[in-house]
Amino acid sequence: MKQVTYTIHTNNPLTQDVYRMVLEGDTSAITAPGQFVNLTLDGLYLRRPISVCDWDADGLTLIYKVVGQGTDQLSQMRPGETLDALAGLGNGYDLAACPNDPVLVGGGVGVPPLYGLAKWLIRAGKSPSAILGFNRAEEIFFDMEFAALGIPVTVTTVDGTAGLRGFVTDAMPEDAYVCVCGPEPMLKAVHKLASGGQFSFEARMGCGFGACMGCTMPTVDGYKRVCKDGPVLGYGEIKW
Amino acid sequence: MPDLSVNLLGIELSNPIIPASGTFGYGREFAELYDIDILGTFSFKGTTLHPRLGNPLPRIAEAPSGMLNAVGLQNPGVDKVITEELPNLAKIFHKPVMANVSGFSIEEYAETCRRLDGCDQVGWLEVNISCPNVHHGGMSFGTDPMQAAAVTKAVKAVTTKPVIMKLSPNVTDIAAIARACEEAGADGISLINTLMGMRIDPRRRAPIIANTTGGLSGPAIFPVALRMVWQVYEAVSIPIVGMGGVSSAEDVIEMMLAGATAVEVGAANLADPWACPKIIEALPAAMEKYGIDRLKDIIGGAHHG
Repeated sequence: MKQVTYTIHTNNPLTQDVYRMVLEGDTSAITAPGQFVNLTLDGLYLRRPISVCDWDADGLTLIYKVVGQGTDQLSQMRPGETLDALAGLGNGYDLAACPNDPVLVGGGVGVPPLYGLAKWLIRAGKSPSAILGFNRAEEIFFDMEFAALGIPVTVTTVDGTAGLRGFVTDAMPEDAYVCVCGPEPMLKAVHKLASGGQFSFEARMGCGFGACMGCTMPTVDGYKRVCKDGPVLGYGEIKW
Repeated sequence: MPDLSVNLLGIELSNPIIPASGTFGYGREFAELYDIDILGTFSFKGTTLHPRLGNPLPRIAEAPSGMLNAVGLQNPGVDKVITEELPNLAKIFHKPVMANVSGFSIEEYAETCRRLDGCDQVGWLEVNISCPNVHHGGMSFGTDPMQAAAVTKAVKAVTTKPVIMKLSPNVTDIAAIARACEEAGADGISLINTLMGMRIDPRRRAPIIANTTGGLSGPAIFPVALRMVWQVYEAVSIPIVGMGGVSSAEDVIEMMLAGATAVEVGAANLADPWACPKIIEALPAAMEKYGIDRLKDIIGGAHHG
């Protein structure tokens, strides 16, 4: 973990309430896809955890949905403004544990961290595929970016306005090894169908680095801190 | 060279800064970030006789200039703390640590303290009779002078270590509780624990925190904490450890002027993991600004007559 001051390069909407923010600054603390940064916002006491979509030596991309005061404020920030962040938080996905052909399953704002993961898997010589689930056509984002990586991409929408009608589980092959990020009901449904994999959880956090016990959840191996021992938990650890 | 040292119940501290219980775990997460030997000491995570899983999620909510938490005393239990956490701590912290203890009965408080009494690393016992986030325990001992005195007596009977009773602000007369603890033999008083509060999510029309209520901490509570430290200083003659929303060297000086011998820093550690080293670093300049040569000289310095 490292405290970094990032400069906003761009901050643009991808859909009505999902934004892409590109930040410039030190990314040396980020070591795995699925990790997150914890941002300080003016006038708010607690930092806001946002998963890293993608990063390189010069900066990183965050994709976030406006759901409350913090993300609303974030959406109004302009290029050139700075953000104080704790970077490189959480464990991230374990690449070594992935088989050759993992299925990346993302729902809504759970999609972004899987993009960085897809790039890593490809770089490691693996052949991932992606299933991206949204509610409706207007809410779809990043499907083209995934396709541009040259991997098979299936889009699902609940109302059938684009892609396959239904949930991500309707597009899932049987007994797949999955890398998942999305709302908890989706994680649970995917867990039921999969034979193994890694699941990224979300929680309201106090500190984001394992000190306050504000985000611990029960697992097969006892209580784990979503921020420090997670946010990615293994298939066999999860207790619903 | 300004003198930051204070003496807390017979133990010399290089400075009065003490990360508060529940914001510093057992030290490990912060030892990855800085040399925690620079601290006066720290108060470890509230420990109970038996392991506790704590409350369901969500446990945390934002508040104006602060935060709410309802962790519910999640901890591995005193035996594991003694066999695992303290040996771990010995590798990263080389000063006496403050052991924070909670309980659900007077016997439980006493038994936990008795087991910790044998640990050389423990310098003080901070007995939490003020946790607002657990039912049938914790705070109920800290809201009644008779109960507070009973816990104090029971703990004092099983230990030779200095006993600091940690008080709840969720009372009408905190001075009366402090006096009851002093009369029952407490060596010191620490205050304040969090103020009970809540937030509601209008979308779900339900409380944000699963426990419904949580404890408010952060800068929002600093003036309340300062007032209560002031009142307790006027009511007792034993040393006080002040806490509640302390975030800067100036806050530390105010707390000490109100009557605190040492100062705990809580929520600030969560918003900024380097909060304590920054405060310690800023203290000499703040002391110089106010003409303070020796920090210990200003304890209670705002009380005149």
